[in-house]
Amino acid sequence: MALQSLDIVRRSATTTPSPQAREAHAGEVAKLIDVTKCIGCKACQVACMEWNDLRDEIGSCTGHYDNPADLSEHSWTLMRFSEHETAAGDLEWLIRKDGCMHCADPGCLKACPAPGAIVQYANGIVDFHEENCIGCGYCVTGCPFNVPRISKRDHKAYKCTLCSDRVSVGLEPACVKTCPTGAIVFGTKDDMKQHAAERIEDLKSRGFEHAGLYDPAGVGGTHVMYVLHHADQPELYANLPAEPKISAMVGLWKGMSKPLALLAIAATAFAGFLHYIGIGPNEVDEDDEDAARREMEETR
Amino acid sequence: MSARNPPEIVRYRTSTRINHWIVAISFVLLALSGLALFHPSLFWLGNLFGGGTWTRILHPFIGVFMVVAFALLAFAVGGANRMERRDWQWLRGWRDVVGNHEQDLPEVGRYNAGQKLLYFLIVLCLLALLLSGIVIWRAYFSLLFPIGLIRLAAVVHAVAATVLICAIVVHVYAAIWVKGSVRAMTRGTVTPGWAWKHHHAWFRDVLRGGGRE
Repeated sequence: MALQSLDIVRRSATTTPSPQAREAHAGEVAKLIDVTKCIGCKACQVACMEWNDLRDEIGSCTGHYDNPADLSEHSWTLMRFSEHETAAGDLEWLIRKDGCMHCADPGCLKACPAPGAIVQYANGIVDFHEENCIGCGYCVTGCPFNVPRISKRDHKAYKCTLCSDRVSVGLEPACVKTCPTGAIVFGTKDDMKQHAAERIEDLKSRGFEHAGLYDPAGVGGTHVMYVLHHADQPELYANLPAEPKISAMVGLWKGMSKPLALLAIAATAFAGFLHYIGIGPNEVDEDDEDAARREMEETR
Repeated sequence: MSARNPPEIVRYRTSTRINHWIVAISFVLLALSGLALFHPSLFWLGNLFGGGTWTRILHPFIGVFMVVAFALLAFAVGGANRMERRDWQWLRGWRDVVGNHEQDLPEVGRYNAGQKLLYFLIVLCLLALLLSGIVIWRAYFSLLFPIGLIRLAAVVHAVAATVLICAIVVHVYAAIWVKGSVRAMTRGTVTPGWAWKHHHAWFRDVLRGGGRE
């Protein structure tokens, strides 16, 4: 989604500043997903399909409620259902709406080699501009949440846009608009944190002593946050990572290795240049040819 | 003067020369397209291949092609690249090598120790590039591998490519530095004086009717 009305703070594979005269004066935005209020109706999935004109293939039952079975280029959000047996022997049905977390420090953007294929707006939304995408899949390699999907047809990367087109004109994302229980809310990040704090207090008073906010610091915080009843065990929620961060391998690959590699290549070439100027070529002279000729005659 | 023109010695036959240049051209294309995908400052190199998407599509196919062509070349010259005792001695005298004082060094066969080490370095780099390249080839193979391995492969690919490019810069510079070498790969022959000076043991083999590829 290319949006003139949202300003860019980070742009993939770009070494000069992007246009950013306008700022997000209202603050960064965030979507808060209160997992404790989710009833698993999948209305958010439908709203996402409708607003973004996405229609995934009709799949088949894989033995659980997740439908479709995984995120895809046509399914940017997905309810993931987990059954959790508590210590008291109760069964809890944990339903997490999966999708892009819109990291403050996005691994996809760090890994992307195509200028402008991934941008981060001043309001915190991380967006893919598919017209600049070259289809290498480095964003998949960089993402700590396993979110981007490469289309089998056009080989471009797709994911949740946080409805950047709606947000840019002052609307809330489609999934937020449709959620019948108010489990998904949208606003400034500060407001959402405050709202989450109230929810967590309520949950604690109801016996969920480990209730908490999921806003992982390892990726600088996220612009999609969860309220979890078991914030001490995020893995319970379909393997939500406890401490997500950009992999050290990706950091090495996209960090130190880039300048060091170019330096090594340039230094090798420069060393050759200095050798040629300083010591000079190794030439064969007439004496060498004469010596060779003598040896040839002796051998004959 | 023509009477003094010495007979030429064949160093590379036609098939080897053609193969070498196929590998060389592939390497240049791979280095340019690979650097385009590696560093944002060099992304413009992708324009040479029809843009970023074409660069992403072509790079791995050229890579596989080069590995196959290089494998043929490596088998052809592999036998002459085994390190011998005198090669280590030659390496210890590297100051004389870079200072153009070869007369003080042990004599050299078809390849000197520097060329041999370069041979093994290139073989290792290409193996690493091939294996890691398959893992990060998103269109066909990445789905088969766990994400941790893909991340590792991306680093291995970048490191091996850097080492290989540096090695080839050395290889190209050596051809410029040691005059009379390039014609071995273009016309296939060297002068007896060149063979006598730089590869004396090989020169003697040739005189005795050996030393062929």
